Amino acid sequence: MLKWWTSPATETQVTHGQRLWLYVISVIIMILLVTPTLIVVPMSFSDSQYLEFPPENWSMRWYQFYFGSEEWMRATWTSFKAAFLTMLVATPVGVLAAYGLHASKVKFVRATFVLMLTPMMVPVVLIAIGAFYAYVQMGILYTIMGLVLAHSVLALPLVVIVTGSALKSYDMSQEEAARSLGAPRWKAFLTVTLPQIRFAVVTSALLSFLTSFDEVVVAMFVSGGDNPTLTRNMFNALRDQIDPTIASISTIMILITTFMMVLAQMFGQDKRRK
Amino acid sequence: MADLRINEAGLKRDERLEWLKLFGLSSPAILMVLVVLVLPVGWLFYVSFIGANGEFSLENYERMINRKSYARIFTTTFQISFLTTGLCILIGYPLAYFLSQLPPRLANLGLITVLLPFWTSLLVRTYAWLVLLQKRGLVNDWAISLGLWDEPIKIVHNMTGTLIGMVHIMLPFLILPVYGAMRAIDLDLMKAASNLGANPRRAFWGVFFPLTLPGLMAGSLMVFILCLGFFVTPAVLGGGKVIMVSMKIVSNIELFVNWGAASALGVVLLVLTVVILWIASKFLNLETATRGGGH
Amino acid sequence: MAGVTKTYGKVHALDDVSLEVKSGEFLTLLGPSGSGKTTLLMVLAGFTRPDCGSLKFGDEEVIRKPPHLRDLGMTFQSYALFPHMSVAGNVGYPLRLRRVPKAEVARRVEEALETVQLGGFGERRIDQLSGGQRQRVAVARAIVFEPRILLMDEPLSALDKKLRDQMQIELRHLHEKLGMTTVYVTHDQREALTMSDRIAVVNHGRIMQLATPRDLYERPANRFVADFIGESTFLDVTRRSDGVAVEETPLILSEPLPEARDLVMMIRPERIRLSETGPQDGANNFAATATEVVYQGDSYLLHADLAGGKQIAMRGAVTGKSVSSLPASGDKITLTIAPEDTVLIDAGEV
Repeated sequence: MLKWWTSPATETQVTHGQRLWLYVISVIIMILLVTPTLIVVPMSFSDSQYLEFPPENWSMRWYQFYFGSEEWMRATWTSFKAAFLTMLVATPVGVLAAYGLHASKVKFVRATFVLMLTPMMVPVVLIAIGAFYAYVQMGILYTIMGLVLAHSVLALPLVVIVTGSALKSYDMSQEEAARSLGAPRWKAFLTVTLPQIRFAVVTSALLSFLTSFDEVVVAMFVSGGDNPTLTRNMFNALRDQIDPTIASISTIMILITTFMMVLAQMFGQDKRRK
Repeated sequence: MADLRINEAGLKRDERLEWLKLFGLSSPAILMVLVVLVLPVGWLFYVSFIGANGEFSLENYERMINRKSYARIFTTTFQISFLTTGLCILIGYPLAYFLSQLPPRLANLGLITVLLPFWTSLLVRTYAWLVLLQKRGLVNDWAISLGLWDEPIKIVHNMTGTLIGMVHIMLPFLILPVYGAMRAIDLDLMKAASNLGANPRRAFWGVFFPLTLPGLMAGSLMVFILCLGFFVTPAVLGGGKVIMVSMKIVSNIELFVNWGAASALGVVLLVLTVVILWIASKFLNLETATRGGGH
Repeated sequence: MAGVTKTYGKVHALDDVSLEVKSGEFLTLLGPSGSGKTTLLMVLAGFTRPDCGSLKFGDEEVIRKPPHLRDLGMTFQSYALFPHMSVAGNVGYPLRLRRVPKAEVARRVEEALETVQLGGFGERRIDQLSGGQRQRVAVARAIVFEPRILLMDEPLSALDKKLRDQMQIELRHLHEKLGMTTVYVTHDQREALTMSDRIAVVNHGRIMQLATPRDLYERPANRFVADFIGESTFLDVTRRSDGVAVEETPLILSEPLPEARDLVMMIRPERIRLSETGPQDGANNFAATATEVVYQGDSYLLHADLAGGKQIAMRGAVTGKSVSSLPASGDKITLTIAPEDTVLIDAGEV
């Protein structure tokens, strides 16, 4: 231990002891990053109206309330449906676009790429009210379809970036090899390219799902009527008061997110030895 | 070789056809962005120049200049954006540095503490801070029992609360690109610097820090841009006292149904964003900046 | 292939190239990087679309056919094996595309692997193979469906020298065994000379010379080819009333004088002999001063200044007799070149 203390920590011969302040600060920051979110979990099992930590009496009452509420359940179902459909729309559309842009290295590619990143750069509020207006004109306001369309646009840049960078590190001569061996281009893509960028595709799909599932602002405007999303209802509830039900919903959402992260990791590691 | 330019027309046609097919793969994506984003935003742009009487007018923009409340909103927005970015740099840079010095295995573990909040719903994290910071919340409880202050104080539904929440939410956007830049640095460079007689401090500021600047710039840019248009966190943690541009846009629509005013604000916000991105693109590669967000 | 032109912007990657590949031959496209040799191969394969031109397999025009309908086997510089498939999966890929029955796929895959001496390797994963083995798998994959032509794009450039020499011989044997028309791209002149029936030297998007390895070396058509293949020194040749000469030295030729107006004489270092009779004037004899003599065991390398000031290099065999009589630096010597080795070529830069 003492040895470690005086041993050099960097290439410039600063010892660990001299850098203790850095370690302490960093650990504190890491704790501050994680705990605020996680502390909601035990609180959600509190019996009290006021969220306490640690809870004096444990109970499932807020979960019972959540699962018993038809309104919350409907919103949850809407969110899942929208997220799932967004995943199904944004992933193939984005992967195709990324491939098309990658393979046709000519005119307009740069401009198209920038166009596909705009959903990331334009303030979400602007997209939300724009879509709101457009949907009124098209008569698809408060429909799942409209919501999925808007969320897919938000997820598109993520898919294009993730898949695009996977394609960049992929050796396109493999596809040429497949074509020289007798495969039409689409078949070469399906049998040779796609299996090798599958990790990026899966990651894209999960990101699309989460993008939609967590999205608030656009949902505030274009979801509603019979189809409000979970986040829209949560947001409205937050503006009024601190509803303990939200703690239980938050816990469930954290679970879903963690599940997604684990999923992404699993697909990432799978057979990908180097 | 009767014809010197044999098959030229056919080959040209094939070339165009192939390009069209490949480019066509992007067409669904292009169409979606056009319908949901470009056309509506274009329409908002148009509406912002229409006055109450339905004719062309600059009144929506004039109002922004003439009314004090708007000036305050813009001041608040910039204040929050600058403060958040600054705090993120102060907090995020040392952490990124710490992580980059760890052996990769440990660093990946440490990175989870950055990625976990990054993936967690924004709303959930905002809610968590609301709970923690409220009058009878954990922070007040502990501070009182530690003797930091005597009475529960108001740390949420105001600027403080908003900033705390914003910094927490934005930190990963700064840490990830900075960490990436630090990992890419060849440690032999530092060794060389110290062999050449630079003391640790000079080696850090003279060699290491400049090399991390692109990552730091990219991260800061990302944070600043996101802050400018942020809505959820200030709306919840600001308690109606902190009003940013995007919140004014929403209330213009929801409460006053004033599309002209909302659009004009939106256009200004968009122009600000684009100008900042444009200036930044002169100095650094934007693709790396966006990659930090998509990771 | 006739009149093929490909331009990128204003750069002519291929400039009106015409080339005929004979059935069953091993033809090499040889040239420095950026010469257009790979572009030419890509046009053959169908991955690069030229601006104009014609490409015929037999009587059939295929220039507008997509790659997958051209029935060509091809190997790539990076091998381009599919890492998500086994060795057998890779080799069987073209057969499965052609809907060959399963049992026959297995049989032909094993056969192809035997041909490249990788029998029994079918179940291996690609990342378990060495560089040389990967190259063989790539070849097996390219020949298993018995394509009309085999195209190879610098297949050996990623291997170390020893393995490369061995693979050259092996590929040559393979070609003799299968008799498959092969078009091979390389920038390595030794590789080209070793393996090919004919070599097309490519530069600036044009074919400089198409000839057998021997003709290419002995009778290069122009200065570029002479310079690119083997080592050589060039001496300016003047036309005189009685024939041609270098400086004051008249030349005796074994072949008729070429027509080109400006000529240079190409001298290969190993074709020069040290005249044993000492300094003398006369045809094909050059007076020189030795500047450096390097003993290399099996041979020696001699650098000398000619009377005209031009530097020249010669390589000679070391024998028991010559080793004792090697000139020293500063010695006056006479270099002789036989009429058969006196090659005059067009001096025009191409």
